[in-house]
Amino acid sequence: MRDITVSAAPPPPALADKLKFYGIWVGVALILLLLPKILSSGGSLTTFSLIGISIIFALSYNILLGQTGMLSFGHAVYYGLGGFLAIHAINFIVGHKFPIPLPLVPMIGGATGLFFAALIGWVSTQRSGTAFAMISLGLAELVASSALILRSFFGGEAGVSANRTKLLKVFDWNFGPQIQIYYLVAAWTLVAVIAMYALTRTPLGRMCNAVRDNPERVQFVGYDPHVIRYLAFCFAGFFAGIAGALAAINFEIANSAYLGAVQSGTVLFAAYIGGIGFFIGPIVGAIFVTFLSLGLSDVTPVWQLYFGLFFIAVVMFAPGGITGLLMMHRPLLKGGTMLRVLPSYAVALLPTLAMVIGLMLAIESTVHYTVNPSENPHIRAFGIPFNAASPLTWAAALALIVVGFALARLSWRRVGHAWDEALTTARQNGVAA
Amino acid sequence: MSGKEPNAIELRDVEKSFGITKVIQTINLKVAQGERHALIGPNGAGKSTTFNLISGYMKPTSGSIQLRGEEIAGLRPFQINRRGLSRSFQVTNVFGNMTVWENLRCAVLWATGQRYAFWKNIDKLPEVRERTARILEDIHLVGRRDVPAGLLTYAEQRALEIGITIAGGANVILLDEPTAGMSHAETERAVSLIRRLTEGRTLLIVEHDMSVVFGLADRISVLVYGQVIASGTPEEIRGNPKVKEAYLGEEAA
Ligand SMILES: Nc1ncnc2c1ncn2[C@@H]1O[C@H](COP(=O)(O)OP(=O)(O)OP(=O)(O)O)[C@@H](O)[C@H]1O
Ligand SMILES: [Mg+2]
Repeated sequence: MRDITVSAAPPPPALADKLKFYGIWVGVALILLLLPKILSSGGSLTTFSLIGISIIFALSYNILLGQTGMLSFGHAVYYGLGGFLAIHAINFIVGHKFPIPLPLVPMIGGATGLFFAALIGWVSTQRSGTAFAMISLGLAELVASSALILRSFFGGEAGVSANRTKLLKVFDWNFGPQIQIYYLVAAWTLVAVIAMYALTRTPLGRMCNAVRDNPERVQFVGYDPHVIRYLAFCFAGFFAGIAGALAAINFEIANSAYLGAVQSGTVLFAAYIGGIGFFIGPIVGAIFVTFLSLGLSDVTPVWQLYFGLFFIAVVMFAPGGITGLLMMHRPLLKGGTMLRVLPSYAVALLPTLAMVIGLMLAIESTVHYTVNPSENPHIRAFGIPFNAASPLTWAAALALIVVGFALARLSWRRVGHAWDEALTTARQNGVAA
Repeated sequence: MSGKEPNAIELRDVEKSFGITKVIQTINLKVAQGERHALIGPNGAGKSTTFNLISGYMKPTSGSIQLRGEEIAGLRPFQINRRGLSRSFQVTNVFGNMTVWENLRCAVLWATGQRYAFWKNIDKLPEVRERTARILEDIHLVGRRDVPAGLLTYAEQRALEIGITIAGGANVILLDEPTAGMSHAETERAVSLIRRLTEGRTLLIVEHDMSVVFGLADRISVLVYGQVIASGTPEEIRGNPKVKEAYLGEEAA
């Protein structure tokens, strides 16, 4: 009886699996350690720091959306409050000469996020779905507007700043140089990611998924879905607070933008674009979105427009996000039929690219006319010069969009066929193997 | 009352209205401990509503519901579940994106005292693991362990529905049409499964298949238009003229 029982359970991980699992974490730690040796410019160090912060924030958001099925429009509240408290804490610690080093300050941010989540969450997690989403939005507005009213705490438009270098030194580091901030952020990112992963592997983490799938049935296996949502909300607030504190340390300032709607929207974008169905999805999304926003804002003034269009495209065509798209190919890779779909991808890419270029041309020309119509129509977008006033440009844009769209539709349909075939063969190969 | 074991379930003058429609007129129902009790009646008689009332999914408009002598009317479903009552649903109600294994594991967590633990590794809980594995075997889904519940066949989903219901080890089990929509062979397997899994427990089952009802039940109650019109052993019910008129006769015709 016992033997049968054990064989019915999933086999415990083999040594190879365990090595692989811990190997990944060690590998990530090594990469984080060595990254500044390869790309050591101040700019890339800042970018990496922002990515780390964004990863923690996006993962904390996914505790709500991906793990527990709660759509929040106000997650930046906990991020922002964590940031403000961190700045005030730094000033307080410096003022009173407390022997607390900078690397511990994110804990204060986390505690702040946790405190406010615990305070607000009990009411807002009463229900999931629309009610929760609306309450999160309302609360975000409330906090964001109080940030402009309570000037003594939030510092009004200018925000509150602090000097991060005056705290107790650790190993002679005063955290002035960006490289030291990078290591601070990297260490916190690693710890937070591991902690949030571990959370998914606990009884609470598993029940979060159950609440996401079917909150009604959860009640009939002994659990109160409200308590589960509340605890998930508290964890999400805690990690968001840590991320906010790290951001405040990085910029040495906290202002009302930290807790605003844009910040709440960005984290939703990052998590969703990366893929909320996988633990690593928001990590991928955070990296991608950070690069995209930094890169796009350099080359076009309407980068947020592209951002929005891209988001819509992901929601419509790849609801699993980037990670979902990649994971879709796993059965093909395993079945050895990956090569069958690649040519069709290549074919589909051309007209799609043409359509995108046409769209960009149209957008940039339109923007030129609406924003500064009297100026020189010879403009540059993405580094490419063109004449926004020339009918040729408009004709080209239109042609690219129309023809590109028509051909793209056809070719993507072919991708679909190639997919079905590849998948069927992969399954057959799988059975044969 | 004194000295005598209280009934597993006892409903006294329970009424339920949705707005102005009174769906449950007045129900009086007693299910003794260790008994297999069938609740039968035509479509729309209020059988599922009765289950909803007992399991806390809905609050009765008036009346008393007792579980082993304790008043439970108005308690929340999870509170009632923790007191040892578990129910299944007429329409399959599982965790669709989670695997069969995870579905069953969720159903044993509370019963094994894990509560809302966020400091324990789910894979390092031998009791959870063993109980989940045992239920998985009991419902004959070992081969489908790692399949998402949403991708199971209908009969498999029904088996999982029963598995989730009994996994917590509740003493009082309510099954709402567990064999509905199954083929003859599947029904037979499901019935022997139910018989085995409810050994030594109290079972209240809603079932339309009369061969299942008369084969399984120690006692039967007949519900028509939100009222229990008869309650007794299978023989008594078979011979009851009121039942024949209201229900069985109509089936035979
Ligand atoms: N939430 C509700 N709101 C309003 N009316 C309801 C609700 N739930 C059930 N009813 C009504 O109550 C009556 C009894 O429904 P119930 O589902 O309990 O019947 P049943 O005996 O389980 O029938 P079946 O054999 O078809 O499952 C039906 O007329 C139904 O329309
Ligand atoms: Mg029913």
